[in-house]
Amino acid sequence: MLIERKWKKWIYFYLPIAVFILFTLFPFYWMAVTALRPDHVLYRTWRQASATPFWTLEPTLEHFRGLLQTTSFPKWLWNTMLIAIVSTLISLVCGMFAGYALARLKFRGSEFLGTAIFITYLVPQTLLFIPLADIIRDLHLGNTPWALMLTYPTFLIPFCTWLLMGYFKTIPKELEECARIDGATRFGAMVRIIFPVAIPGILSAGIFAVTLSWNEFIYALIFMSSAELKTVPVGVVSELIRGDIFFWGQLMAGALLGSIPVALVYSFFVEYYVTGLTGSVKG
Amino acid sequence: MATVTIRDLNKNYENGFHAVKDVNLEIRDKEFMVLVGPSGCGKTTTLRMVAGLEEITSGEILIGARVINDLPPMDRDIAMVFQNYALYPHKSVYQNMAFGLQMRKYPKHEIEKRVRDAAEILGIEPLLERKPRQLSGGQRQRVAVGRAIVRHPQVFLFDEPLSNLDAMLRVQMRVELKRLHERLETTAIYVTHDQVEAMTLGDRVVVMKDGWVQQVGEPLELYGKPANRFVAGFIGSPAMNFVSVTISESGGDLWADAEGLRLKLPPRLVDRMRAHAGKRTTLGVRPEALHPASGADPADCCFDTTVDVVEPLGNEILVNFRIGGAPMVARVDPAVRVKAHQGIRVALDPERIHFFDEKSEAAL
Repeated sequence: MLIERKWKKWIYFYLPIAVFILFTLFPFYWMAVTALRPDHVLYRTWRQASATPFWTLEPTLEHFRGLLQTTSFPKWLWNTMLIAIVSTLISLVCGMFAGYALARLKFRGSEFLGTAIFITYLVPQTLLFIPLADIIRDLHLGNTPWALMLTYPTFLIPFCTWLLMGYFKTIPKELEECARIDGATRFGAMVRIIFPVAIPGILSAGIFAVTLSWNEFIYALIFMSSAELKTVPVGVVSELIRGDIFFWGQLMAGALLGSIPVALVYSFFVEYYVTGLTGSVKG
Repeated sequence: MATVTIRDLNKNYENGFHAVKDVNLEIRDKEFMVLVGPSGCGKTTTLRMVAGLEEITSGEILIGARVINDLPPMDRDIAMVFQNYALYPHKSVYQNMAFGLQMRKYPKHEIEKRVRDAAEILGIEPLLERKPRQLSGGQRQRVAVGRAIVRHPQVFLFDEPLSNLDAMLRVQMRVELKRLHERLETTAIYVTHDQVEAMTLGDRVVVMKDGWVQQVGEPLELYGKPANRFVAGFIGSPAMNFVSVTISESGGDLWADAEGLRLKLPPRLVDRMRAHAGKRTTLGVRPEALHPASGADPADCCFDTTVDVVEPLGNEILVNFRIGGAPMVARVDPAVRVKAHQGIRVALDPERIHFFDEKSEAAL
């Protein structure tokens, strides 16, 4: 009986999860292996008897060295981080207030407003960049970090608002009512009680927003033209693919270094992140 | 020191639901007033209007001599205990209790003293540094009460504070709340759907139904002289038995008749009920006013029936049977031996019967 159960656990649990992990982690592994492979191995055909496509026998850091010394990668990394953080902060502040209002205040048209905000999130960026480009040009913001810091919130604010609205709705109303009886104004109750209780939700909205702006491509491609001001996703692609030549080693090294900060952020806040998304507040 | 006066209070929600209808109450200083009724009867809405959490559609609420209709909750000098306790999860017990005082800018040593005093009264001193999630249900309940009493408010409001506790703890906390009220001598309004809680805690009890106040009175008054059939059925467990009867007059006496029942009305009721001769009314009798008949019981207040179900509770036995199609329960001495499906002769105490109008349901 017990043996049968063990056997079933392997089939129904461990095996699928192993396949899933393999499937998700393989691209990262491939990226790492490629970044560490010297060029003469990288461009060698797999049909050779000595080919080892899934690992490398001569690991090298030459691609990382090349990336950091011959390109503006450190600058791109800095740009990406700065833009992601500033646009996330703007979006979080707006999203917290808007989400609270939509979750708690009953005013005429509040439901319509909630839906309208959600719809703006659904408008594809590939359509939105055309009018935005016009605005950026009129404001003379083109080719400055502000172009991205101010355009990213156009999709981050609706996203944060919706995520936080859902989270605020899971917080018992009584907490706030109690605070108001205890002597806080509505604003005071929001800032002193609701926001601290909503930290898991706010953090997960923040993590998502950072990731979205970190990975953003179209706006960064269009609004930034000088190599110095580019972000990692755009810089890596535009500077390391020249015509039909792909600098695979440096491309992968860039991608790997670019994804490490995001991975670190996720791993530090994973618990908050999960409670944030499942919205479990206990009074 | 505060009275609470509620005048012609109404609450209409935007969807048209009329939750509270013309409520008038005078809650005396230091009184423990309980609002009781089934869910949706408007008791919680009334309480929330007193707290300032719900807007008043029409009418007036006064605390002391001051009209508080338009005051925000924080300026009403009240404290409220919620059903789910509403403890701030990110604050420790101490901070939870101190929050209201901090918001009112009390000096630090005064806050410390008040929190310690309240914690001592409630026996939660060892818990002061814990977070709410580290507390049991009963402890959370105590903290919620502690948070209310540190403020020394004019009025305490309780919104079903015991309904999340298990049965044993509820009885224990009930006693503690009563003791606390005697010690603090503060006016309190307490909402519950549990009539036992209402009867045991309240100096006076307000019974509500569908937004209307049905009756206001001391617990035993409600029990002994219910104003209508609803109050009679709601207060008391098991509930009062009701059977539809016809009043008839013969030989100068009044009789209440139903299938299997012929009861002579006692002299105290004759004058009052004569006007209803020939009409159908509802006879109400509490389970403890029924007992197995003995030779001492006069024949004109006894009837024969068959036992349906027997529920032995230890200190008493509940005997279920039917009269005229209506289910009835008698609460009898545990020494009485009865079995299901056995024939039984039941006597009814004619001094403890009630009559209710069939249509208006008002007591006659």
